[in-house]
Amino acid sequence: MLLERPEVDRAALAAQTGWEVKPEGACKADRCVPLPDAPADGPLDARMLADRLGMALVADDAHGLWALGPESGGRALLSAEMPDLELPDRHGRPFALRSLRGTRIVMVAWASW
Amino acid sequence: MWQELRTELRPQGVEVVTVALDTGGADAAGQFIDAAEPEHPSLIDAGHRLDGLLGISNVPMGVWIDEAGILVRPPETAHPGKSVLREMMRGQKIPENVPPRVLEMLTETTKIRVKPERYAEALRDWAARGADSPYALSPEEVVERSRPRPPELSEAAAHFELGQHLYRAGDVDPARAHFRAAHRLDPDNWTYRRQAWSFEDPLQGPSEHYDSDWLSDLKASGAENYYSLPDL
Repeated sequence: MLLERPEVDRAALAAQTGWEVKPEGACKADRCVPLPDAPADGPLDARMLADRLGMALVADDAHGLWALGPESGGRALLSAEMPDLELPDRHGRPFALRSLRGTRIVMVAWASW
Repeated sequence: MWQELRTELRPQGVEVVTVALDTGGADAAGQFIDAAEPEHPSLIDAGHRLDGLLGISNVPMGVWIDEAGILVRPPETAHPGKSVLREMMRGQKIPENVPPRVLEMLTETTKIRVKPERYAEALRDWAARGADSPYALSPEEVVERSRPRPPELSEAAAHFELGQHLYRAGDVDPARAHFRAAHRLDPDNWTYRRQAWSFEDPLQGPSEHYDSDWLSDLKASGAENYYSLPDL
């Protein structure tokens, strides 16, 4: 997750990583991690979040950028619940995977390179 | 080739969704999508989000998702009953004037171990039997079979994201530094390496910016190990 300052917008965090900030902490699937130092609302301190969730926070000082990596310390999947995913097609039209709910899906990653 | 399998499986309630992991977005992947004329959703992941969300580390890799949005198979090597590379080379005579490096790449490619028919058979079984298929795994097994993620892989993902952002912005040298860091921290991730190498040379050959290249790494690890075959 790319950041222009070491702060994390709650909605962007949920949309990009699946971690949703609730009263009990940061939650993804059936796991919640308490965030005792988090304010009641507004942006979250990226360093605090990185520390609590095991996310790497890498700074690029020359460009004034930060990037927050995915949670770590276990497996790539915290649960078998497919995270919400919306991606564009080749014409830029967004497609939400959730729109196929009720249908079985085989999703395959490939690349042109 | 996925379109062919999709035509077969869609009446049984299985949809195919393909996702191109391409920093170059539609400019890079669009022509291939157009050529395939897919009837299924064909998406482009210019930010390589699937890498972080699911643990994708090579292509092609696929996941199976049931009607309720639950993964029943984790990311694993996925071929639609055929190997694209093998189909491209089937019956093709290699021209005599092909450069030695390209000839070596083609030769090594033939050694890559794939069992594309096996994956398609399992997929057909799931299409026919749904949750009763032995290939549909429990949620616990899906998680357990997903890629381990120690802290250095999270750091690699962060560097890769910075590299992609800077590359798109035209800050190529700083982007390369982040790509090199990602490669060092996650050396088993072919996706990070091949995407970065492709910016220097479409054949992902040696360059002054990286200490390795596709052919060298393939030979070093053994072409037969390029794909982890799915445990089916």
